[in-house]
Amino acid sequence: MKAAAFSLPFPRARQRVLPGFGLSLGISLTFVSLVLLLPLTGLVGQLSGLSLAEYWAIISEGRVVASYVTTIGAAAVAAVINAIFGLLLAWVLVRYDFPGKRLLDALMDLPFALPTAVAGITLATLYSSSGWMGKALAPLGIEVAYTWIGIALAMAFTSIPFVVRTVQPILEDLPGEIDEAAMALGARDGVAFRRVILPHLWPALVTGTGLAFVRSLGEFGAVIFIAGNMPYETEITSLMIFVKLQEYDYVGASAIASVVLATSLILLLAINLWQGRFIRRLHGGS
Amino acid sequence: MQRIGDAPVLRRTLIGAAVALAALFLLLPLVAIFAQAFAKGLGGFWSNVSDTYTLSAIGLTLFITVLTIPVNLVFGVMLAWLVTRFQFPGRRLLQTLIDIPFAISPVVAGLVYLLLYGRNGWVGGWLDAHDIQLMFAWPGILMVTIFVTCPFVARELIPLMQAQGSREEEAAVTLGASGFTLFRRVTLPNIRWALLYGVILTNARAVGEFGAVSVVSGAIRGETNTLPLHVELLYQDYNTVGAFASAALLALIALFTLAAKAGLEWRATRREASA
Repeated sequence: MKAAAFSLPFPRARQRVLPGFGLSLGISLTFVSLVLLLPLTGLVGQLSGLSLAEYWAIISEGRVVASYVTTIGAAAVAAVINAIFGLLLAWVLVRYDFPGKRLLDALMDLPFALPTAVAGITLATLYSSSGWMGKALAPLGIEVAYTWIGIALAMAFTSIPFVVRTVQPILEDLPGEIDEAAMALGARDGVAFRRVILPHLWPALVTGTGLAFVRSLGEFGAVIFIAGNMPYETEITSLMIFVKLQEYDYVGASAIASVVLATSLILLLAINLWQGRFIRRLHGGS
Repeated sequence: MQRIGDAPVLRRTLIGAAVALAALFLLLPLVAIFAQAFAKGLGGFWSNVSDTYTLSAIGLTLFITVLTIPVNLVFGVMLAWLVTRFQFPGRRLLQTLIDIPFAISPVVAGLVYLLLYGRNGWVGGWLDAHDIQLMFAWPGILMVTIFVTCPFVARELIPLMQAQGSREEEAAVTLGASGFTLFRRVTLPNIRWALLYGVILTNARAVGEFGAVSVVSGAIRGETNTLPLHVELLYQDYNTVGAFASAALLALIALFTLAAKAGLEWRATRREASA
């Protein structure tokens, strides 16, 4: 496969049986260049006027750094919650039959389907001091709305499907014999799960959690309503970009955006490479 | 034969925990949207939905969505055809590039469009000199919406078309089918459900996009306010019922999306069972 791609640059047109190569190549390349790549040049253009020292000064300013800490911290907490919650849900959906299972399965995609602003105002209302959840949690001394807990909650809400939908198909494909064998040999549930199931699942679990983390880093609509947006405390980095824009500080917004963009692209690349390595190992190095 | 986690007590505990968590974190917010929207009865809901600004926001959102879908439909089908039916250098790179919108924070997506086409950008400066305004007007909203939703159709089609292979299409070509006939009579029947689901996902995201649109829209009531931006404005005006009335409309589209997915999956498993 790899060798063929290298030794055969552009196979001749007559070797192609199917029509439409020119047309689909033309449309795809035009679209990708105009819609996806060209706009990125605007960011480069805006940044090229900055010296390295000026760039550093913008991205290392106190309030901006505080927003990195808030964003990364809340996204990490959300990712851990989702890893546990997502694994539990995937397990229950694949392994058990119970009334309402189809409904539960359908409900898993809600955070992807629901507009983020709708999720944002709903969570903010639910967890505010007069909301259903806020009232229930107040006697316990837990404040969610307008704290970093609220930010983590909103991030966890929007990114939970990543873990469930990555782990679910792997769990479905696991042959039943392997855990039957473990049980027949007398292993207890917990031990059998850790020793037999988890080694098959964890690459998918890490991938799903990683994707959820990347999504949480960039989340905006769902978070800003519940965050409270206090400078140095509950401001996320996406909001900092927005704030700079409202002050017509396009250079500042671009500099911070470049940090966000680079972080998410590097993380995604790492997840893809890591996943690729795992798949190769699984299929015997082909 | 017993499998891991089949002990009745453990089984019930795990199902109970999963259902309770899902009810608390997913179902409760959904219920809350409708409860808030109808907090002042059907009349309160209706007077907010039929408000002039709400109607114009609904109109703009529908307009943008109706324009976005065909563009991404054509692009998605063309790209999927290209990467699954032909081998050429850069094929993998192209597949990676279309994932960019999923990787980029919506605010950053809006920002890069604003930088390029806004008054200070190198394209925007030229446009401004010719009196064309894209940003803070509907064309800008359309452009970023196309950007954030462009992977959906291609993403649904590529794995399916890869799995199906091109044998049927090659046979049709050998029998003398023209390009268009080939697509309509052979390819389309095979991919129509995935295509439909791709369109439904595109629709859901196009209707609900917030971050990218809020950067380029300017949110002028009655002019460049989409429905999600309208939700934000009303919420910040402390008009909770109004905000949730509009939010309920958006939630209905989300519920339709979930139902469509469940329906298509049910159809697929039934066909598998009968095959």
